[in-house]
Amino acid sequence: MSAFFDMGGYAAFVWPAYGVTFAVVVLNIVWARQSLGRARQDARRRLDARAEAP
Amino acid sequence: MTWTWFHRLGSPPYVYALAARLTPWFAWPAALLILGGLWGGLVLAPPDYQQGEGVRILYVHAPSAWMSLMVYTTMAIAGAVGLIWRIKVAHAVAASCAPIGASFTVAALVTGALWGKPMWGTYWEWDPRLTSELILLFLYLGYMGLRTGIEDTQRADRASAVLAVVGLVNVPIIHYSVTWWNSLHQAPSVMRLAKPSMAPSMLIPLLMMLLGFTLLFGALLLVRLRGEILSRERAASWIREVVGA
Repeated sequence: MSAFFDMGGYAAFVWPAYGVTFAVVVLNIVWARQSLGRARQDARRRLDARAEAP
Repeated sequence: MTWTWFHRLGSPPYVYALAARLTPWFAWPAALLILGGLWGGLVLAPPDYQQGEGVRILYVHAPSAWMSLMVYTTMAIAGAVGLIWRIKVAHAVAASCAPIGASFTVAALVTGALWGKPMWGTYWEWDPRLTSELILLFLYLGYMGLRTGIEDTQRADRASAVLAVVGLVNVPIIHYSVTWWNSLHQAPSVMRLAKPSMAPSMLIPLLMMLLGFTLLFGALLLVRLRGEILSRERAASWIREVVGA
């Protein structure tokens, strides 16, 4: 098991590379959902504003 | 042959509903392929006879680099379609691509640097492949900066589409940079006309990662596209239904 994490001496390069890619994937999922949520909220606010002031 | 499907793809409410319905069909296969590819790449695949275990960076570097180019090409084509046929949805697709592509370009550059250090002895070199990939990042950032800088959405769409189309010239330069110039970077071993020059035990996890990332892009694009469509539709009554106001 520790041989796996050692990556034949390349651990200092292999794991950060996987870490950065993982972070970019996760951030993309979070950002995409956030941007849709924000757009939905804005749309709802616009509709409410128009309903109040016809 | 009828063109109704093409016209429907220009209709925001239709595309919004379609995007919502299609997202899980991209997201779940993407998750399975990436998990399988990780297992194959980190555990099953053999170490390289020259690069040892360091070669495992390949399974995250190549998919990130592929994303950086594929997303840019999608963005430029969508921008061109929007310019030529004046389709709002196409511009929304292009705008959705930029942050995804930019972030994977960063991943490609960082994983490349982490691969370059042990193999070439340096994190960075002003090498044709590395430099053209850095220019790709600047194109993405320029595209996003241009969009935020122009208040009017229609003008932002047109201006940023022109930038994306002009910048497309960089994509073949990146791809062929390793063949045209003497580069530190190795030549393509999968994306080439002849058969891939790689053992199946390495090729299969790599292809799983490439396909998994491509499907992940599809899912991310579909989610972002819905947000872009909502923010562009000011007065449409169908919005009331989808946001439940």
